[in-house]
Amino acid sequence: MNIQLIVFLPLLAAAIAGLGNRAIGNTAAKAITTGALFVSCALSWPVFLGFLSGGLQEQVVTVLPWLRSGDLVVDWSLRVDTLTAVMLIVVTTVSSLVHLYSWGYMAEDDSQPRFFAYLSLFTFAMLMLVTADNLIQMFFGWEGVGLASYLLIGFWYQKPSANAAAIKAFVVNRVGDFGFSLGIFGTFLIFGTVSIPEILAAAPGMTGSTIGFLGTRFDTMTVLCLLLFVGAMGKSAQLGLHTWLPDAMEGPTPVSALIHAATMVTAGVFMVCRLSPMFETSDTALTVVTFVGAATALFAATVGTVQNDIKRVIAYSTCSQLGYMFFAAGVGAYGAAMFHLFTHAFFKALLFLGAGSVIHAMHHEQDMRFYGGLRKSIPLTYWAMMAGTLAITGVGVIGVFGFAGFYSKDAIIEGAFAAGTTAGGIAFFVGVFAALLTSFYSWRLVFLTFFGKPRWAASEHIQHALHGDHHDHPSDEDAGHDPHGHEAPAHAIKEGTGGHHPHESPWPMLVPLIVLTIGAIFAGFVFHGPFLEPGEGTAFWAGSIAFDEHLMHAIHEVPLWVKLSPAAVMILGFLIAFAAYIRDTSIPDRFVGQFGVLYKFLLNKWYFDELYNLLFVRPAFWFGRLFWKKGDEATIDRFGPNGVAAVAVAGNRLFTRLQSGYLYSYAFVMLIGLAAATTWVMAR
Amino acid sequence: MNEFGFPILTLMLAVPTLAAAACLFLSANGARWLALIATLVELALGILLWVNYDIGGAQWQFVENLGGFGPFAWALGIDGIALMLIVLSVFLMPICILASWEAIDKRVPEYMAAFLFMETLMLGVFMAQDLFLFYVFFEAGLIPMYLIIGIWGGANRIYASYKFFLYTLLGSVLMLIAMLWMVFTAGTTSIPALMAYDFPVSAQTWLWLAFFASFAVKLPMWPVHTWLPDAHVQAPTAGSVILAGVLLKLGGYGFVRFSLPMFPEASAEYFWLVMGLSMVAIVYTSLVALVQQDMKKLIAYSSVAHMAFVTFGLFAFNRQGIEGGLVVMLSHGIVSGALFLCVGVIYDRLHTREISAYGGLSNNMPAYALLFLLFTMASVGLPGTSGFVGEFLAMMGVYQANSWVGFVAVTGIILGAAYMLYLYRRVAYGSAPNEEVARLPDLTKREITMLAPLAAVVLWMGVYPESFMAPMRDDVTRLLERIERATPMSDAQVTEGKGVMPQAHAAPAHGEGGAH
Repeated sequence: MNIQLIVFLPLLAAAIAGLGNRAIGNTAAKAITTGALFVSCALSWPVFLGFLSGGLQEQVVTVLPWLRSGDLVVDWSLRVDTLTAVMLIVVTTVSSLVHLYSWGYMAEDDSQPRFFAYLSLFTFAMLMLVTADNLIQMFFGWEGVGLASYLLIGFWYQKPSANAAAIKAFVVNRVGDFGFSLGIFGTFLIFGTVSIPEILAAAPGMTGSTIGFLGTRFDTMTVLCLLLFVGAMGKSAQLGLHTWLPDAMEGPTPVSALIHAATMVTAGVFMVCRLSPMFETSDTALTVVTFVGAATALFAATVGTVQNDIKRVIAYSTCSQLGYMFFAAGVGAYGAAMFHLFTHAFFKALLFLGAGSVIHAMHHEQDMRFYGGLRKSIPLTYWAMMAGTLAITGVGVIGVFGFAGFYSKDAIIEGAFAAGTTAGGIAFFVGVFAALLTSFYSWRLVFLTFFGKPRWAASEHIQHALHGDHHDHPSDEDAGHDPHGHEAPAHAIKEGTGGHHPHESPWPMLVPLIVLTIGAIFAGFVFHGPFLEPGEGTAFWAGSIAFDEHLMHAIHEVPLWVKLSPAAVMILGFLIAFAAYIRDTSIPDRFVGQFGVLYKFLLNKWYFDELYNLLFVRPAFWFGRLFWKKGDEATIDRFGPNGVAAVAVAGNRLFTRLQSGYLYSYAFVMLIGLAAATTWVMAR
Repeated sequence: MNEFGFPILTLMLAVPTLAAAACLFLSANGARWLALIATLVELALGILLWVNYDIGGAQWQFVENLGGFGPFAWALGIDGIALMLIVLSVFLMPICILASWEAIDKRVPEYMAAFLFMETLMLGVFMAQDLFLFYVFFEAGLIPMYLIIGIWGGANRIYASYKFFLYTLLGSVLMLIAMLWMVFTAGTTSIPALMAYDFPVSAQTWLWLAFFASFAVKLPMWPVHTWLPDAHVQAPTAGSVILAGVLLKLGGYGFVRFSLPMFPEASAEYFWLVMGLSMVAIVYTSLVALVQQDMKKLIAYSSVAHMAFVTFGLFAFNRQGIEGGLVVMLSHGIVSGALFLCVGVIYDRLHTREISAYGGLSNNMPAYALLFLLFTMASVGLPGTSGFVGEFLAMMGVYQANSWVGFVAVTGIILGAAYMLYLYRRVAYGSAPNEEVARLPDLTKREITMLAPLAAVVLWMGVYPESFMAPMRDDVTRLLERIERATPMSDAQVTEGKGVMPQAHAAPAHGEGGAH
């Protein structure tokens, strides 16, 4: 295995492109980073296939000692087992395709070396995360991908909205890392080690013990798992800590595809699966994971149904799908969670890159209300997006063939039912309902974008582009903060092309779409056996996750109506979207008129941002000013140094002299002290 | 004598002293060059010390003792902790001289002399093995700093140095009284002897407080921190670098050298005092940093917050905490020094520290933006940088000591990210507020020479901290042996459950006694 090459080539490429920057030029920087990623990818697939065929065993390569502090022994080391191998191909495949895609998408940008350096740096950090053998290296990768995400969200740093989104992403993730850190500390306190295999081996021994935490005694494993899970919630944008993900769409679209869809945001799911034997020791923790996942799946899907920005729809869709993965893990179907992570990486990267291709064709207009009728103009993109939509909505026929999501999402929904717990039952119904919404918003996106009549004329971006003021730089992407206003109802937007002729994207952008289309179509069909099936799965996972054979067996035993319900809601969602956006396009407006409050609530994302602003952001600044002006200046200084001075000036001329000539006085006091000391000691 | 056959520590004190004296007789340029050469010689000697320090050898190495002059003894010697702080000091010094190269243009010989003399005194603090010798270095080391702020400082320099003086005075008087009592009781002025002397528990209480008054001001801890923002704002760039880089470390060094080993019971007794002040500091000063409009003030407040990690760690009474606290001291010395240099770089160009005067520097100063980003990330404790190692260990240690304290300490990573990234955004991102800012030139060769070594060390300490932690390990072990008897009870103890207990956590974190 060439695991060192796989991991460190992207770092090397990032360093060359980043430090070389303008000196080596655009082409060299792009070629080096993209080349390194393709080599990494080419080396990763044999590793995955080796585990698939059973030819490879898990192994750990130690690179360098890192931290040594008493019992705390942490190395830089690379762990490769089945779980890592799955993540390796996901990360390197999507990353190399996104690198290639960016040749086309970023062609007009004037800091391309910086962009490609960030992309490669991200890939390195993500690979360090998935190869971690201990919690602290995982934390390194965890924060490393956070840094890369921060840099890439804020890539167009001239835009205030991009900077705000970047900081928000970093700080909200830090809230998650707050929990992750405490989880690591607690784990070290209990187990005396941060080595993942050692923790997993010792975890069952701790069931039933209690630990003191914040003045109360709790079940040890529940506390540890929940603290670590807070980290997972932050990185994977789960309800409560999700607010950064939609804003992260401020970054260039290839970034959204790589980081905010396929890889980084799934790190939380990966963490729970990696630590699955540990989570298995606490039913409470698993129940919380299930509920948080289900709640997120539902919340994000509801919000996704009303967004107008194409990237935001896909962002909420991602958030929702991550919720599915979490409740799968929560009910113990880790194989299904990882399988959905795997298939989702392909079809969601495809949807994002397809959206990027649409945005590219539409002069960086992202509002779907100004799309329409694009299927003829950009047919390849259209078919790619169709494949992605069929995959995410889970189209397929039981026992024959299905698109990628058909295998993974259905396994999750059925797994929740088969788990037989209350939480699982709730998750099942929520999952089915969210699948209905998924189908609706996915088809809504397709219909608004590719079908109907063109509504391009009203788009300011397109007008700008056509009227010569070359305003079509990618940095004009303005996710959500669109100047057109949210309130404009669809019928008010005039139809017509406005003289715009959308063109299909260049080949560097189309090739990744084609490759990912193949993945979105076949990934489920080809790989569902080893990921999900009872016997095959046990052999494939080889203990790298807590693969539950009984549960996976039980999935096949669920009643027929359970098996059919995902398909039924998928069709229902399609029909609703068809009715509202193809057959009678006045339905959405009538719905909004009827349920204005609900619509506003969803459009404003359940008012989370407003709430957090009120609860955290404003008070932080308010308290900051209070402590500064009233604390430091009006209290400490007033009664401290200034008070002393005032007293001295008022009452004591000697002290005033001391104050003005303080330096000499100080030296004098010190000398007197020493003289006193000398005398005293000598006299003794 | 010692491993070299010549008194290397005395030599390290003599070189800057003699150079300081010589500077006074030179021209401005001559003084600059002499100061640079002298500090580079010191750096070379410091590296020689580091390379020849015998890890796992005697506790005190390179020992020199010329015997007494009255109550004094010229007794020098270093352990691993002192070694690393000496290396930090001699590493920052040439950088400070370079930073002052163009920025200081009046009374250059005197300025260089003050800096060199300060180097002598700071190194003396870490080398002294005699209590009174330590006291002289410790207190006198601040005099050149007063001069640097008071003569070469900004508009409000008199007020700043006055505050600095007033805070420090109270502490040092109390500390001197305590020292006199200790010498009288123990009958020795030798620091190593005093570190092994068991003072009566009743006396420890007030001795500890007397020392605490001095060290808490130096560190500084909340609420005796308000001199620091003023001092930093008024000090010239190099003054800020040394103030943040080395002088703030004297407080932490004092805790490790005096408070903990000499008064273990009192240290445990005042566990909640230290932790309480540190918890307030981390939240309070971080929030204050968030609303600052002056860059230097912001970084000064962030220093107070970072110093809270030092006290969290040192008073955690376990290995991860103490080692973490020590690494935070080293890392903060590098990182805050680098951040002040970064402020200095743009201050030299635009002559304002107002954050709102800047913007969009990534456009015209890409190399600067990159280095500033690295130091910002080190300051927020990103893994892979020096900031992470120390903070993480310190938090890990203090969590073992008490989960409440750990919980509050970890909020520091959220708030730290908020104020540093907010600063970085306003300076490096966005767009330039005017043409002048948009045309500021990128780093000069001299500035790159200053910042690149700091960047290298930030990454080195982040990726392979063993180079820095290994020399201190045995000293931490000795300290832990010394304080074990007083270790407070942790609130996070595990009770046995249904499962089989794994072997108990073997770090000497949980002593038998609860002394508070």
